[in-house]
Amino acid sequence: MIWSFSRPQLLALVVMLAVIGIAPAFVYPVFLMKVMCFALFACAFNLLIGYVGLLSFGHAAYFGMGAYVSAYAAKSWGLSAEICVLLGGLVGAGLGVVFGAIAIRRQGIYFSMITLALAQFTYFLCTQLPFTGGEDGIQQVPRAALLGFISMKPDMAIYWMTAGVFLIGFLAIFRIIHSPFGQVLKAIRENEPRAISLGYRVDDYKLIAFTLSTFVAGCAGGMKSLVFGIASLTDVTWQASGEIVLTTLLGGLGTIFGPVIGAVITNTLEFYLAPFGSWVTVTQGVIFVLCVMLFRRGVVGEIAAKTKVSL
Amino acid sequence: MIINRRALLATAAASATLPAMRARAQGANLKIGVLTDLSGPYKDLAGPQAIQCVYQAMEDAGISGKGMTVDVISADHQNKPDVGAGVARQWFDREGVDIIVEVANSGVALAVAGVAKEKNKVYINSGAATSDLTGGQCNANTIHWAYDTYMLAKSTGGALAKAGGDSWFFITADYAFGKALQRDTTGFIEANKGKVTGSIAYPFPGTTDFSSMLLQAQSSGAKVLGIANAGTDTINTIKQAKEFGVTMTLAGLLLFLSDVHALGLETAQGIVLTDSFYWDHNDKTRAFSARLAKKFPSARPTMVHAGVYSSVLHYLKVAAQAGVPAMKGSGTDVVAKLKAMPTDDDAFGPGSIRIDGRKIHPTYLRRIKKPSESKGPWDYCATISSLPADEAFRPLAEDGCPLVKS
Repeated sequence: MIWSFSRPQLLALVVMLAVIGIAPAFVYPVFLMKVMCFALFACAFNLLIGYVGLLSFGHAAYFGMGAYVSAYAAKSWGLSAEICVLLGGLVGAGLGVVFGAIAIRRQGIYFSMITLALAQFTYFLCTQLPFTGGEDGIQQVPRAALLGFISMKPDMAIYWMTAGVFLIGFLAIFRIIHSPFGQVLKAIRENEPRAISLGYRVDDYKLIAFTLSTFVAGCAGGMKSLVFGIASLTDVTWQASGEIVLTTLLGGLGTIFGPVIGAVITNTLEFYLAPFGSWVTVTQGVIFVLCVMLFRRGVVGEIAAKTKVSL
Repeated sequence: MIINRRALLATAAASATLPAMRARAQGANLKIGVLTDLSGPYKDLAGPQAIQCVYQAMEDAGISGKGMTVDVISADHQNKPDVGAGVARQWFDREGVDIIVEVANSGVALAVAGVAKEKNKVYINSGAATSDLTGGQCNANTIHWAYDTYMLAKSTGGALAKAGGDSWFFITADYAFGKALQRDTTGFIEANKGKVTGSIAYPFPGTTDFSSMLLQAQSSGAKVLGIANAGTDTINTIKQAKEFGVTMTLAGLLLFLSDVHALGLETAQGIVLTDSFYWDHNDKTRAFSARLAKKFPSARPTMVHAGVYSSVLHYLKVAAQAGVPAMKGSGTDVVAKLKAMPTDDDAFGPGSIRIDGRKIHPTYLRRIKKPSESKGPWDYCATISSLPADEAFRPLAEDGCPLVKS
C-alpha cells in the first residue's frame, strides 16, 4: 500500500481526514486546534514509549519550550508563522539532543527519572529567564501570518494551518516508524541486547529517536502558543508531562492512531469538566485506573487486538 | 465487553459534537462574564461575592423595566493566564459574552485584556492591580476600575516614606502584580529620598512559608517591610512576621478588608492601608453594603466587590441609554460610550473614566483600629487622610499609554 499503510490504517486515516475537514462546522475550532496540538504532542511521545520503549517523563519541557520560543519569535521578532513553529521544533530538538544524550545512558526507571529531573530544571529556567515572562508567561502573542502574507487572524485560517502541521507531523512519525530505521527501533524495544549483538549502535538510534520526538513535541508546542496567543508555565509543568503519558496510555501505546484518540478523550473531558475545577484531575485519575484495570492496551489498542489489525 | 466498548466509543464520539448543540443565544439580551478566582488566594477578596455584586448591580439598575435581559456566567481562572485567556476567548467566541468583569490576578488580567482587544469586546477590570493595564499595555477595549498599584504606592508608600521610612525591603509575588507594585512603590520611595535595600520575589501561586524571606528582610536592617502581594499571601506574610517577631514597620501595600478580617485586629492593628472603598465610609456605602449583606451575609464587601458593582451598574446605565444592539457592537465604541458618561454610584460616589481607561475617584489612607476601638463586627478601619480623584492616580502624561495623544 501507499507509504506502507495497511488497508485498515488507510481507512482510519481517511476517517481522520474527514473528521478534521468536517468537525469545525460543528465543534468550536479553537477546541479542535487544542486537540490537534496535544494529539501531535502525544504522537511524538508515543514514538518513544511505543516504539523504542523509552518512558520519557519530562516531555512537557520540549513542548513548553517550543511554545515559549515560538511565542517569543512571533511577538518580539515578528517572524512568520511557519518559521515560529519550526523554531519551536528546533529548540525542542536542541534540548532533546542534550537531555537525551544524558538520559539514554540509563535504562528503565532511571531513564524516566533523569528526564523528569531535566524537565524540572527546564521548568525552573522558565520561571527565571526574563524572556519567558515568569508566572505571567508570554502574553498577547500575535497570530503571525503564514509565509509572511497569509493572515492567520480568523480562527478557520489558523485551523487549517494547525491541521497541516498536525498531519505533517503525524505522517512523518508514521513514516519513521515504518522505515528500516523504525524497524531497528522496534528491535531495540523488543530486545536491546540482541540489537546490540546484531551490531546496531543502540545508543545512537535511541538518541536520534529521542531528538525526532522532541522536535515534533516542540513543533506542537509552538503551534499551540500561536493558536492561543499565550505561552505559559502550565505547558512546562510535570503535570503536563504526566498528562501526556495518560493521554497516550488511554489511546493505546504503540498504535498509530491511539495518541490521537487519547488526546480527543482527555481534552474533551477537560473541556466539559472545566467548570467543576478539581474534578478534572479526580476524573482523570479514575479513568486512568479503569484504563489500566480494564483495557490495558488503550482504546485503539483494544480495538486493534479484537479486530486483529494493526492501527 | 464489545457492547460496552462500543457504548464507550459512541459516548466519546457523541460528546465531541456537543459544543455544537449548545445554543448561541443572541437575542435582545446582554451577557456578562465574571472571570474570577473561585478557589485560590484571591477567593475572599473577589470570588463568589464579586458574582453576587453583579446581580446586585442588575437589581439596582432596574434592568427588568428597561426592556432588556442580562445573563451572567462565571468561571474560575485558577490564577493561570492561559486558563483565563482560554475562557475569555471561548466566552467571546461561543457564549456570546459581551463584557468580562473582575479578573483578580494581574497576569490573567493582562491576558484577558489582550483577548478583549483581539475580539473587539469589553473588559472592565476591578480585581487586578497592575497599573500597566492603563499604562504601557492599555487598549481601547479595557477599563480599570477600583484601584491600581500606582495609587496604592502613592498613598501607602508615599505616606510611610514621608513618616521616616527611608529604607525598604520587599517581599514580592513574582508575577505582573507584585512586580508592578514594587516598581511603583520604589518610585515614591526614591522620590522621598529613601532607598530600597533589597527584595525577594517568590513563586506565585503556591507559596505559603515566608519565614526565610522574613528573616532575610529582618537581617537586612531596613526599616520598612514592603509586602508586595495580596490575599492569603499577605495574610500569611503578616501573621508569620508577627510570629517571628519582625520589628520592621509592616507596609501592607495592598490590604483588603477580607485580609484584615482574616488577620484579626489583634494582629493587624496599627497597619496603614489604602483603599478607594470602605463599607463604613458614609451613608451611601453603608446602604450599599446593607443591600448586599441580604444576599451575602457572611462578609462585608472589599473594594474589588464594590468595583465590580459600580462598573456593572455604570455599564447597565449606558446600556439602558444606548440600547442593547449598540452594546453588542464594536467593543471600542462601547468603551467610548462608557468613558463619555460620568459615573455615580453608592460605592464610589461621583467619578469619571479617563481616556486611558482609568476610572478615577478619591482614595483613602486608613489605619487599622485597635481591638478596643472597634465597636462591632467588621468595624476595622479609621480614615487618616484622603486624596481627590485627580491626584490619586497616575497622571496621564506619565502613563505611557498609546491612547493618550500628546
